[in-house]
Amino acid sequence: MGPVLAGVLQLLALIGALALVYIPLGNYMAKVYSSDKHWRVEKWIYKGIGANPDTEMRWTAYLRGVLAFSAAGVLFLYLLQRIQGVLPMSLGFKAIDADQAFNTAASFVTNTNWQSYYGEQAMGHVVQTAGLAVQNFVSAAVGIAVAVALVRGFARSRTGELGNFWSDMVRGVTRILLPGAFIAAIVLVACGAIQNFAGIHEVGQFMGSHQQWNGGAVASTEAIKELGTNGGGIFNANSAHPFENPGPFTNLFEIFLLLVIPFALTRTFGIMVGSVKQGYAILAAMASIWVGFVALMMWTEFAHHGPAFQLAHGAMEGKEVRFGVGSSSIFAVSTTLTSTGAVDSFHSSFTGLGGGITMLGMMLGEIAPGGTGSGLYGMLIMAVIAVFIAGLMVGRTPEYLGKKIGSREIKLAACYILITPALVLIFTAFSMALPTPGHSMTNSGAHGFSEILYAYTSASNNNGSAFAGLNADTQWFNSTTGLAMLLGRFLPMVFVLALAGSLAEQKPVPETAGTLRTEKPLFTGLLVGAILIITGLTYFPALALGPLAEGLAS
Amino acid sequence: MNNSVTNTARLLGAGLRALLVLTLVTGVIYPLVVTGIAQALFHNKANGSEIKADGKVVGSSLIGQAYNLPLKKGQETPDPDLKWFQGRPQNGLGTNSVNTQYKLILSGATNRSGDNKDLIAWVKAAQSAVIKDNSVSGYTVKASEVPADAVTSSGSGLDPDISPQYAEIQVHRVAAKNGLSAAQVEKLVKDHTEGRTLGFMGEPRVNVLELNIALKSLVAKG
Repeated sequence: MGPVLAGVLQLLALIGALALVYIPLGNYMAKVYSSDKHWRVEKWIYKGIGANPDTEMRWTAYLRGVLAFSAAGVLFLYLLQRIQGVLPMSLGFKAIDADQAFNTAASFVTNTNWQSYYGEQAMGHVVQTAGLAVQNFVSAAVGIAVAVALVRGFARSRTGELGNFWSDMVRGVTRILLPGAFIAAIVLVACGAIQNFAGIHEVGQFMGSHQQWNGGAVASTEAIKELGTNGGGIFNANSAHPFENPGPFTNLFEIFLLLVIPFALTRTFGIMVGSVKQGYAILAAMASIWVGFVALMMWTEFAHHGPAFQLAHGAMEGKEVRFGVGSSSIFAVSTTLTSTGAVDSFHSSFTGLGGGITMLGMMLGEIAPGGTGSGLYGMLIMAVIAVFIAGLMVGRTPEYLGKKIGSREIKLAACYILITPALVLIFTAFSMALPTPGHSMTNSGAHGFSEILYAYTSASNNNGSAFAGLNADTQWFNSTTGLAMLLGRFLPMVFVLALAGSLAEQKPVPETAGTLRTEKPLFTGLLVGAILIITGLTYFPALALGPLAEGLAS
Repeated sequence: MNNSVTNTARLLGAGLRALLVLTLVTGVIYPLVVTGIAQALFHNKANGSEIKADGKVVGSSLIGQAYNLPLKKGQETPDPDLKWFQGRPQNGLGTNSVNTQYKLILSGATNRSGDNKDLIAWVKAAQSAVIKDNSVSGYTVKASEVPADAVTSSGSGLDPDISPQYAEIQVHRVAAKNGLSAAQVEKLVKDHTEGRTLGFMGEPRVNVLELNIALKSLVAKG
């Protein structure tokens, strides 16, 4: 069997596995967010918080909950890093500098996991497990909570109430992420991922002398890092490191983990709005973009254009032998089309067009299938836009799921889709125009520009992967990417929740013969088209200067 | 005004309490329980899959190593010890300060692009070294036979594996340096070649450390 066929079979196996859990997981999550019973553990947690989980919240109250909880997260994580020097089990690592601590705190709270530090040389056991890994759980749970609030906005009528933030967030952790991560962690250890608190120790080598190993709670972190679409590895090499990702099976398993919740949430959405077909239409849009991108990526990586790769007979630079080109391509696409940003191979050493595909994946807004929660709400915003465009074409007031898309709704959706491009392009322009930021580039020319464009694309879209040639640990990049991550996460949430509130207040419009059938393939096609055209128009000039220039030159 | 300040403070307090409670659950209890189970059920794997040879730990089956001669005086990079099978190249990894050539503590890739001048030079140098080192009397390696993994560095910089093709190229050299027949070494490589998991996952590969341990015991047996 050739590597191309093996790559395709791996893709098919992945699709099969995702299809198998789609209905049970989607149904289960719908039940989680609809049930009015609390688990005993949850009652203790609510008591600890001092919140009543049964109070219905309007969008403003829901938003205040999100912001307060996230602000507390940034503050706590910042302080934890700043006092690392005196924390136990810190392996002799010192306190993190202020600019980097801010960057890292913003990064993990926003579900980005951009890392300007070298994992194994900066973070001790306490910051890693009780700081960073906690945000892997809760930032993912916040994302799902906001998505669920938007879905309730569509599902409910004549009320401004969207549910209870504390209850949604806590249930996301206790009923979905924690059990899932626990099972995944055990599977990963069984396959060779490490899980110990051995610190840094020396191990003998074949030729004599020693290697220095880092211990750590790797498997438990790895599990939630993928399942919560976070992406921040314990090791600098992330999921390319054999201790995080020991073999071909774990590689596919990790890809499965990072895709499973975002895809299954479309089923949850369908159930909650009372039509699973609406969920399938959204799923079809996500899946077709994902499969299309994987196919493109495999094509360009197997074709290995670029002088160094031609010379080497393959694009294996930055890739591991045990994964090969096929499996690495699936990982790269899946990690950038979700908000994960974990890597099993280094995107900077992909072919010019391959690097462009990873960037374009993030520029779509990470909605195919996107991050946990953020993928669904991002896609629903695009659906609102698509319905609006269709409405313009036939001269009819657009509706989606029985709700009118009036001027207030479309303004909120438009603001949502403008935020990230504005952040990406403005920060990239400033970095190119100012004299010093350019010194951080490893490669020159088009690829050097791509390094910086990638950094802000990744930060603003809360992805966290990098063209890691860029030395991002400078005050400029730490502060600006930190800012981009915070604005790129929470401003869109403001608009999503405002939209949810506005939709929930409406009374449903009855379906007529003129209503656009949003559960049909025609709508899926329209949606995919709208996404590609909007993203293309927004980013084409920037992409032309970077990856396209590099890809076409080779 | 005063009212909104108290409200904000109260809300932040709730946020902080929620964070602390969840830190206890997901940041303390969860990793400790997983560690307990991992250590009890998968002790060796949870601690890095150490391999022993002659009763001594010689590394991990998951982590690559360097098989070099001791550094000579005035030398900056050591020469490979051609008696042993060689892993993926380490060139370039030292210069970006991210990887320390299999000594670990820091993992990472070169992050060079396909049109990067350094990378082109490294690939060229690695290719001619592979050809020179492995061409022994009666066996010449052609440039077209050298696979990609033999001339590029990995993502982690710690790749424990090489492709079967790269192992194949090294067979004649290793046999000659150790006084073994090519057929003996060939069989060793075959025995240590791992196919795709379940026939389709990942790529076929040869674990260099395990191969070298087997080679060592074969040489010792004579």
